[in-house]
Amino acid sequence: MSTSHLDYLDRLEAEAIHIMREVAGQFERPALLFSGGKDSIVLTRLAEKAFRPGRFPFPLVHVDTGHNFPEVLAYRDELAARLGEKLIVRKVEDTIKQRGLRDATGKFPSRNPLQTYTLLDVIEEFEFDACIGGARRDEEKARAKERIFSVRDEFGQWDPKRQRPELWNVYNGKIQKGENVRVFPISNWTELDVWRYIQRENIALPSIYFGHERTCVVLPSGQLLGLSEHLQLDETDEIVQRQVRYRTVGDSTCTAAVESNASTIDDIIEDLLLAKVSERGATRLDDNISEAGMEDRKRNGYF
Amino acid sequence: MDLLRFITCGSVDDGKSTLIGRLLYDSDSVSLDILAALENKPTVHGTVDLALLTDGLRAEREQGITIDVAYKYFTTPRRKFIITDAPGHVQYTRNMVTGASNADLAIVLVDARLGVIEQTRRHSMVAALLGIRHFVLAVNKMDLVGYSQEVFDQIVADYAEVAKQLRLTNIKAIPLSALHGDNIVERSTHLTWYNGPSLLEHLESVPATEEASVQESRFQVQYVIRPQTDELPDYRGYAGRIQSGTYRKGDKVTVLPSGIETAIEAIEINQQEVETAVAPQSVILRLADDVDVSRGDSIVPVKQVPHITRELEATLCWMAEAPLRGGRKFLLQHHSALVKASLPTILYKIDVQTFTHVATDEAKLNDIVRVRLKTAAPIVADPYRQNRDSGSFILVDEQTGNTVAAGLIEATDPELFTEAEPGALAFSI
Ligand SMILES: Nc1nc2c(ncn2[C@@H]2O[C@H](COP(=O)(O)OP(=O)(O)O)[C@@H](O)[C@H]2O)c(=O)[nH]1
Ligand SMILES: [Mg+2]
Repeated sequence: MSTSHLDYLDRLEAEAIHIMREVAGQFERPALLFSGGKDSIVLTRLAEKAFRPGRFPFPLVHVDTGHNFPEVLAYRDELAARLGEKLIVRKVEDTIKQRGLRDATGKFPSRNPLQTYTLLDVIEEFEFDACIGGARRDEEKARAKERIFSVRDEFGQWDPKRQRPELWNVYNGKIQKGENVRVFPISNWTELDVWRYIQRENIALPSIYFGHERTCVVLPSGQLLGLSEHLQLDETDEIVQRQVRYRTVGDSTCTAAVESNASTIDDIIEDLLLAKVSERGATRLDDNISEAGMEDRKRNGYF
Repeated sequence: MDLLRFITCGSVDDGKSTLIGRLLYDSDSVSLDILAALENKPTVHGTVDLALLTDGLRAEREQGITIDVAYKYFTTPRRKFIITDAPGHVQYTRNMVTGASNADLAIVLVDARLGVIEQTRRHSMVAALLGIRHFVLAVNKMDLVGYSQEVFDQIVADYAEVAKQLRLTNIKAIPLSALHGDNIVERSTHLTWYNGPSLLEHLESVPATEEASVQESRFQVQYVIRPQTDELPDYRGYAGRIQSGTYRKGDKVTVLPSGIETAIEAIEINQQEVETAVAPQSVILRLADDVDVSRGDSIVPVKQVPHITRELEATLCWMAEAPLRGGRKFLLQHHSALVKASLPTILYKIDVQTFTHVATDEAKLNDIVRVRLKTAAPIVADPYRQNRDSGSFILVDEQTGNTVAAGLIEATDPELFTEAEPGALAFSI
């Protein structure tokens, strides 16, 4: 028998399961960071494949910006209940109060930068030594250089020049007190791979990933932003009704929707094969601000 | 659709980043917004600088160099490709080793004006050492030598010498211009004397690694699954990845290092029982007998038991700033097995220019040395040349936790240990 019948998705899956089991084998208090987005949903499926019939060796942790899509919160709670796994939710709202931080302001008050504080606090509270996340290297140029086991100092900071070499599939999770490791099992997956996997595995997703009618604000860039109570709009802003879907789910004040009639995963994959704009480019408002946006945020402890 | 992982290697300015940018660009893998961002940047040539597609960190953009290993992805209807872009600077050999450790194929870039240089030899040696089977000699910047066949032929002849010393067998030489896109995706109209495939055509057609399934079977336990629920009070599943070979339900197996024999009662993938599983699948094995098995142990067919050892001969690529000297202690991480190890002796260093043994008592950053190691507990391993997976390990500094060396096992049986022979060719085995 040869291994050639293994599809590339089988190989990516096997690699991701291997990485998750390394986390289980090497760390005492790991966590899986769950955003409700498709990448972290895929992670939960991979965790089932890695650990069933046992329980997950980690809780799901959601850092709640308070700027969520209600569909995503409902999905999160249903999923945790169906899996029968522990869900820990910590709110950016509470971090702002406890630490006396200034809440995001402005027209599109993204709480993405504030998320970092909540994340570091929850890591400290539970003494997590490893946090599994759904980041992919194809998302962004700085991510393309990050290791699968990425060591962070006690402030969660990433230092690209001090990264450990990562050889073969040997993952070095040795850390000192105060340090922790961010682990990215689907590093080598692209957006298209994720969708093809969702299709193959028949994974249910929050409804906002599919085409639906939504009231949106038209941004100067032409991007569409779903209307929400958090936006500070001007009289002159153009409000429209459009058939849209989301390619990522994040803070709703800075995650744009794309026009789409796609009602099934097949439609979405077809959309993607035609799409000529990257996932982040299409949907994230806050990366465009500076060329080194992501690198800076990672250095400061962001996921 | 299958998967091919390749690494690009060459010296600074040979055009690695441009080549990768060109592959992504010409195969329609670059998004419009990313291109728009590139087009807003001034370039020397007045055209889009494709190298910016891979140079991701601020320091790299500022200095116009590639600092760290970057991974890029693209898919054609035939294959998914994972590209590792490893920087060419002399001091970054460790990145090249890192990139090569996972690659099936190496693209060795040569500037047509410079031909085969020191770095070409060094990178080819590292790629060969790390067990890469397929090589592409990419002769770049052909536009700057008038697309001359003579120049190309001379470089191919020079490289044949290197290949002979390194015992490389699978080499495809392709003349190209990354900047202008000649022979990258489409065959070039400037290189009519060349009848071979374009780079992408070649990458789509080389066989992806399959040999893992014909090797001896190896499986290492990563994690023990014990639900201890009312429905499954006694379930014990050994979760791990098949490193090589095939496992079948009913196979007689030995648990190592304990040496206890038992049989495979069931193989599970995604909670389904399967009859057989192959590398590199992640599976759960259940055993017929209640034996003591924990993380780091191996489960192998009774007829394919490797030599169990506490003494190893290995080749190391030293990756730390502080030099290595004999007598040091480390943690040796052999996939999911972690043992204390001491390194009593450095046998010799491999000269990366001449590929010969050189006597030494220390290894500096980026040096490649042959050493003996002693481990505190037995390890279950194979020579790297027989098995890239069970033959590889890393050395970890006990204090900092940093990875300080990449290790390739040469021999697990003291009877096969070698002696330093100053001047001897390192690849003559
Ligand atoms: N004329 C010419 N210039 C090239 C070619 N490929 C790359 N270059 C140029 O060589 C320089 C170095 O390229 P880069 O891709 O950054 O090299 P790297 O250091 O190997 O990544 C840049 O100015 C490129 O535009 C080529 O095929 N022809
Ligand atoms: Mg470069």
